[in-house]
Amino acid sequence: MEFSPFYQELITSLNRGLMMSIALIIPSVIGGVLIGILAGATRTFGNPFVRKTADTYAAIFRGTPLVVQLFVLYFGLPNVGIYLSPYVAAVVGFTLCSGAYQSEYIRGALLSIKRGQYLGAQALGFTTFQAIFWIIVPQAVRRAIHGCGNEIIYLIKYSSLAFIVTCIELTGEGKTIATEYFRFTEVFTIIGLYYLALVTVAIFILKKIEQRLYVPGFGHS
Amino acid sequence: MNESSPILRVNNITKSFGDNTILNDVSFELVKGEIKVLIGPSGGGKSTLLQCINCLVVPDSGDIKLEDEQIDFSSKQDLYSLRQRVGMIFQDFNLFDHLTALDNITIALRKVKKISKKEAVKRARLELEQVGLGDKEKLYPAQLSGGQKQRVAIARALAMDPKILMLDEPTSALDPELIGEVIAVIKSLAHKGMTMIMATHQISLISGLADEILFMEKGKIVEQGPPSLLLTSGNSSKSQGFCDRLNELSEVEG
Repeated sequence: MEFSPFYQELITSLNRGLMMSIALIIPSVIGGVLIGILAGATRTFGNPFVRKTADTYAAIFRGTPLVVQLFVLYFGLPNVGIYLSPYVAAVVGFTLCSGAYQSEYIRGALLSIKRGQYLGAQALGFTTFQAIFWIIVPQAVRRAIHGCGNEIIYLIKYSSLAFIVTCIELTGEGKTIATEYFRFTEVFTIIGLYYLALVTVAIFILKKIEQRLYVPGFGHS
Repeated sequence: MNESSPILRVNNITKSFGDNTILNDVSFELVKGEIKVLIGPSGGGKSTLLQCINCLVVPDSGDIKLEDEQIDFSSKQDLYSLRQRVGMIFQDFNLFDHLTALDNITIALRKVKKISKKEAVKRARLELEQVGLGDKEKLYPAQLSGGQKQRVAIARALAMDPKILMLDEPTSALDPELIGEVIAVIKSLAHKGMTMIMATHQISLISGLADEILFMEKGKIVEQGPPSLLLTSGNSSKSQGFCDRLNELSEVEG
């Protein structure tokens, strides 16, 4: 079966955009989760100064639109002599924004761990850091995984905002073709299917991770 | 160290939470191999005293000497090293929920004592055997009964080679039919000469194991002495009265 030139061009462009989207999503997801754990733990256990700092970070990145954050990173920072490429600006923006949301899921999970777990570790001679790192965080991650997974799925979709800082990914590529051929319905329907596929893959991977981390009875008691 | 010189000295410990004085000038000594039992009404300060000894609750004043070494309450290193040498068993076990029975023991050996994984596993298996749970090493806390959890907790504490073992009502959270297995483990520890201080309402532990009974009330030790002295029938001691009530209760239940 031979596709029409429109579809040939569309699919080639969208596949190229898909690669860029994936290149944006993967580092942002990993960075977001790591920052989320760090900021969440700091906001829960840190001394007043670092806690305040981490709270402020979360308040700013959860409190302002991602579009504004991306504009500041890409168009604002050059004013103070920092030039980011479109790709780097997008990844940094997504990571910081995602990390702020993740920190809230992690914080809730950390607070839900019974105090006895910490006492038990302390009584064995664990340092505060060791108790948090080896006992509290591994349990909190298991409780937070559903919320964090949700945030990852959001991230996959808000990665489409990269095109506003001229990083042309899935949505950006599609938009170019749609404007060129003036065929918005088909183009955006197909883009939607691409995102649906991405999210489906993500859900599958999250499910695998959940199974991998499963501990009998955990979270049910 | 001289056999008869105390391994632990607790001098004039005081602890208040707000206006509420929980411990009021409490002192005692523990000699190697000795077993002291804390009894008394709840709210009397037994748990807080135990938690002050390993500084899970830092005392307001007073001092603690372990093996003739004064503990500096403001030094984290001192507190970490104190806690490594004083094992603690909690009423509600406090096993790490995300780790198997074996890993509950090895994680402390590896992270706190920095023992290699292989050595830690070997030691952990040995301790699990000792408490009769050699076949349960792969199970998670949620898959163990209360009695089994408490035995894992004891194995975990013992693997650290503590100088003293503190037990805070080790059988109080257990169903009656599970108490026996935990008591048996505690008794075998006593026979091996473990130095212990425990808070308990279990009459067989009080009368059968204690070298000395400390009766605590309103944050003070109001009576102390060997069970042979305090628990003779017809004695008017507070301890005897308390144990009589425990006996009546267990008869009602039984």
